[in-house]
Amino acid sequence: MKKRKLRIMVAKPGLDGHDRGARIIARAYRDAGFEVVYSGLHQTPEEISQAAIQEDVDMIGLSSLAGAHMYLFPRVVELLKELGAEDIVVCGGGIIPEEDIRKLKKAGIKEIFTPGSSLEEITRWVEENVKPRSGES
Amino acid sequence: MSTTVEKVVAGDVRSVARLLRDIDDGMPGVRQTLKELYPYTGRAYVLGITGAPGVGKSTLVDQMLSHIRKQDKTVGVLAVDPTSPFSGGAILGDRVRMQRHSMDEGVFIRSLATRGHFGGLTQSTRGAIDVLDAMGKDYIIVETVGVGQDEVEVVKSAHTTVIVVIPGMGDDIQAIKAGILEVGDIFLINKADREGADKTLSDLRMMINMDQRRYDDGGWKPPILKAEAVFDKGVAELLEEIENHRRYMMESATGMHFRKRKDKVREELAEMVKNRLIQEVFEQLTKSGEFENAVESIVEGKIDPYTAADNLVLPKLSL
Repeated sequence: MKKRKLRIMVAKPGLDGHDRGARIIARAYRDAGFEVVYSGLHQTPEEISQAAIQEDVDMIGLSSLAGAHMYLFPRVVELLKELGAEDIVVCGGGIIPEEDIRKLKKAGIKEIFTPGSSLEEITRWVEENVKPRSGES
Repeated sequence: MSTTVEKVVAGDVRSVARLLRDIDDGMPGVRQTLKELYPYTGRAYVLGITGAPGVGKSTLVDQMLSHIRKQDKTVGVLAVDPTSPFSGGAILGDRVRMQRHSMDEGVFIRSLATRGHFGGLTQSTRGAIDVLDAMGKDYIIVETVGVGQDEVEVVKSAHTTVIVVIPGMGDDIQAIKAGILEVGDIFLINKADREGADKTLSDLRMMINMDQRRYDDGGWKPPILKAEAVFDKGVAELLEEIENHRRYMMESATGMHFRKRKDKVREELAEMVKNRLIQEVFEQLTKSGEFENAVESIVEGKIDPYTAADNLVLPKLSL
């Protein structure tokens, strides 16, 4: 059987306007051989989850540097569940305090990357933990 | 009828999205699904938007979506971006300009990566158009990867092809280059507030007028429009011209619509036959090791590649 390509959406929810980090991540994913759908700035969780379904991605990478992650990240997980797409892995990255990380993981965010994470670490984590959807449609 | 087909025809977004993925990934069951979907196709009007990188194709598509939605018509968008030849990965960024439509149920946007396919589209585009058509979309907009001079494959799939240029680009020689000029049904000079728009307009007009003979016997003469898509200027006019072209295709005494449809079917079938042949034969040859053996023989100087190719292919064809 032919090998599926991993598809990832990189999204920036909320009002924060700094997308350099998200762009660098997108680039690293591309260089790792993934197809990256970049959705741009100022996205609502509703827009992100709808777009992720239309694009049939395996994972959503959320980036937030403005502190609203405790609402925005879990909301995406919730919406995916409502839409019957809980199989899409949700990850986050940004300036996120230690105690928040625990809570976010409890809320269904699979992994959180902070400014200390290297690009290699992040792409390796994706390769090991996110599998392109299996054969059935 | 399979459940996938039922769901796609009912417009189920998740099923459509997953089927598009299967087509893109070349999953084996896909051909059967497409066969079953085919009777539901043929209703959508397919628009091709093409032009060099950076001319504003995505922004234009975004504005077109708003206009089409105001007429209460539904739209599917296929936006193509290039795959990196080094990593095989891709950054698909066309969606950024269209994100405001992502909550609109009447709009379905899908980003596709070329995955090594040349011509401005992806190998899966034909199938993807059929899926969005069967899903019930009134319009399907295909935005090609930023193209140069002859990557005009979109023409084969689109009923109306719009070529987007910007001032300065239509410069003398560029405008003479074949391919792109011959296939446009409508030309749009975007970013027309920039210097040189009038020069580009007259260059294009001159080139199109040189083909006068084509229009004398009832051929369609491509209009040239100016636009500033980012400010929504000229977009309504573009949609009017698209409608004019559609009407022309349907009504023209020369039977343009019929002729073009037959050409389209011919091109598509040729493409499919080629793909099937390559898939079947090549797979056999690689699996059996014959292909690698032939490579070795050529490298060792035992045989020339022309004979080797004959030896590989001819026996398969007499099956």
